[in-house]
Amino acid sequence: MSKPHDSAPDAQVPSLRSLQDQFASNTRYPASADEKLAFYRQMLLIRRFEEKAGQLYGLGLIGGFCHLYIGQEAVAIGLQSALNPEVDSVITGYRDHGHMLAYGIDPKIIMAELTGRHSGISRGKGGSMHMFSTAHKFYGGHGIVGAQVALGGGLALAHQYNEDGGLCLAYFGDGAANQGQVYETFNMAALWKLPIVFVVENNRYAMGTAVERSSAETEFHRRGAAFRIPGMHVDGMDVLQVRQAAEVAFAYVRDGNGPVLMECSTYRYRGHSMSDPAKYRTREEVQEFKEQRDPIEAIKRLLVEDGTAEDDLRAIDKEIRAIVAAAADFAETSPEPEPEELYTDVLVDSYSGSAPAIPAAEHAR
Amino acid sequence: MPVELKMPALSPTMEEGTLARWLKREGDSVAPGDILAEIETDKATMEFEAVDEGVLERIAVLEGTENVKVGTVIAFLRGADEGEASSTPSPVREEAAAASDGGASGDPEKSTADAATLVPAPAHASHPAGSHRTASGRTVTVREALRDAMAEEMRRDPRVFVMGEEVAQYQGAYKVTQGLLDEFGKKRVIDTPITEYGFAGIGTGAAMAGLRPIVEFMTFNFAMQAIDHIVNSAAKTNYMSGGQMRCPVVFRGPNGAASRVAAQHSQNFAPWYASVPGLVVIAPYDAADAKGLLKAAIRSEDPVVFLENELLYGRSFALDEDEEQVLPIGKAKIVREGRDVTLVSYSIGVGFALEAAETLAAEGIEAEVLDLRTIRPLDRQAILDSLARTNRLIVAEEGWPTCSVASEVMALCMEEGFDDLDAPVLRVCNEDVPLPYAANLEQLALINADKIVAAARRICPK
Repeated sequence: MSKPHDSAPDAQVPSLRSLQDQFASNTRYPASADEKLAFYRQMLLIRRFEEKAGQLYGLGLIGGFCHLYIGQEAVAIGLQSALNPEVDSVITGYRDHGHMLAYGIDPKIIMAELTGRHSGISRGKGGSMHMFSTAHKFYGGHGIVGAQVALGGGLALAHQYNEDGGLCLAYFGDGAANQGQVYETFNMAALWKLPIVFVVENNRYAMGTAVERSSAETEFHRRGAAFRIPGMHVDGMDVLQVRQAAEVAFAYVRDGNGPVLMECSTYRYRGHSMSDPAKYRTREEVQEFKEQRDPIEAIKRLLVEDGTAEDDLRAIDKEIRAIVAAAADFAETSPEPEPEELYTDVLVDSYSGSAPAIPAAEHAR
Repeated sequence: MPVELKMPALSPTMEEGTLARWLKREGDSVAPGDILAEIETDKATMEFEAVDEGVLERIAVLEGTENVKVGTVIAFLRGADEGEASSTPSPVREEAAAASDGGASGDPEKSTADAATLVPAPAHASHPAGSHRTASGRTVTVREALRDAMAEEMRRDPRVFVMGEEVAQYQGAYKVTQGLLDEFGKKRVIDTPITEYGFAGIGTGAAMAGLRPIVEFMTFNFAMQAIDHIVNSAAKTNYMSGGQMRCPVVFRGPNGAASRVAAQHSQNFAPWYASVPGLVVIAPYDAADAKGLLKAAIRSEDPVVFLENELLYGRSFALDEDEEQVLPIGKAKIVREGRDVTLVSYSIGVGFALEAAETLAAEGIEAEVLDLRTIRPLDRQAILDSLARTNRLIVAEEGWPTCSVASEVMALCMEEGFDDLDAPVLRVCNEDVPLPYAANLEQLALINADKIVAAARRICPK
């Protein structure tokens, strides 16, 4: 005879809302003046970098798919500024330029990857959607929607296995949140208490489909409840809120409590990719976010209120523009990969028994 | 008439087992559902339940008897309403006596089916005598060889761990991971939920982080749920990252047709994975290759798809006691030399090819059997070299013919071996249909030695 649980299910878990309650008691990270300035700089770098990428795309220098992060900058900066770069790992989907810049990775080699040049971070073989920096423990840059969540589970498993004290930050969008493997990973992450923070960057549209049209539960932070994963809901347009939420979530995960699901409400100003005319939303909606919710303008106002001189801010703007211009210049002038690169890095080891495959060119003769 | 109780088949592939223990004695009364005996297979110990009511009149196979064939009469049950009179044959008394004096017991047709039991598990009938013999003469099953390969590599490298469904507490759905949990603990032998896409992704991610995961799929049929991570995540990582990020993961499990498990559980995925640049694909036949190549796969820096075969798991092959050899990936092996025709195969097909070669030899056709062992990268040179010697080639593959490994080998022979060909290259594959369940239809659909013999006769001059 089976009988219902004696205790209420949540009695076994402190509370699925405990982190949110803790966060709600103080949502603002008490950033120092220097930290605020750093957030401003980093977000501005992403903004200007992405604008330039959009330009280069328009000029035909960047091909294929190119997903810009404009509008979402506070999410990557707020979260990644709280990481321990020595041990923690990050993984995301194809909208990945911002997360790499948030790491301080050289904008030149990121831009050169976008233009498909030899000096790109993936030697021109990955492109916008497939970029990695193992030195920074940034594991991509994945083109298949939702794949990075399960892969992130693996990174977290490695942290636990190696007992290195690290955690994995796995980003995905509101679209990916409907993929089955996300929930397979939630289940195992909770079951095995993996050190992972699942971050839903809810920018309201999965490509052109609004969350209300794709998702039965649009409050994504609730979606871990079935797996006893505590949820947090954060204003992703406010870098200090995101940073504060990161403090709460990371401490919980580092204590060995298992995963956290954090939803960051955010907004992308541009289309899904460069080829998206964004007919699925009104101009007014976009305008409202740009004018009233912009994360960079918000931190700028705080800096001014704190007494930062306008001139100092202008100097930062100028410096960032120069960095981005240099990156674009580098990316335009770097050589394309040598033709021999076609055959490199397919496999790591060489297997002596096998004759090499015949290059297609020779075939044609 | 008493009811004959026969050795039951406890799994689709079970052919024989050990009668470990009788739980009822002669003269005991039996009710439906009573446990009569415990039967051990190479995979598990199972309980044998009574279906009918009655009295256990006579035990025909004593407990402790090994290698009792499925279908052997092991006891007689007298129905509840029958008298005392008994006309049952004598039981097999002692294994040794039975083995040395097989014909002595009452019914040679039946109860001595287990008589040949003392011989260690025999090598497969198609095994060419002597070709695999080694100094020690020890035999191991493919199952044990795979387990030993994993255990040895786990002892050697703390980054190596195993994950999959039922790999730990259950000791492996097909008992390939038997004993690993006891030796290495639950940190390194991880039971997963039934969630292939998820755990394949987790394994792949762990490899990206520098661990050496062995991801077991209960069968590769279920890996289709996870094929995105194998192809899109694992295979392409090194290339897409410009050589920065590696993915040294091994995906392993049984592949191909098992026995009577029908269409959804019977498929050879070798051509699928072999078509993907960035993957290494291995499909061994015998125990030494299973062990040596699995060790190589675990040590490889590249993602490896390691295709086993359920029907080969229980097959025994000679293997040196001290065989710690890591075999080279990407090297085919001539398992039988011959001058008239080359039979190219891999995995279970090699057994059929060897069997066919025996038959052909009796007809004066000397077939060379080339075991590919690694499907990607393919040992193209070994195929072409053998073709240059024999000038005739047949590919034998337990799998569909369309877009198969056979297709690839044939294309190679056309492109680069054309001048060596004295006859068209033929392929002998399964029929181009989903595998049927009915025993006769299944047999018709699958490759066998006779089909290979027939193909060879077509292209070899009398």
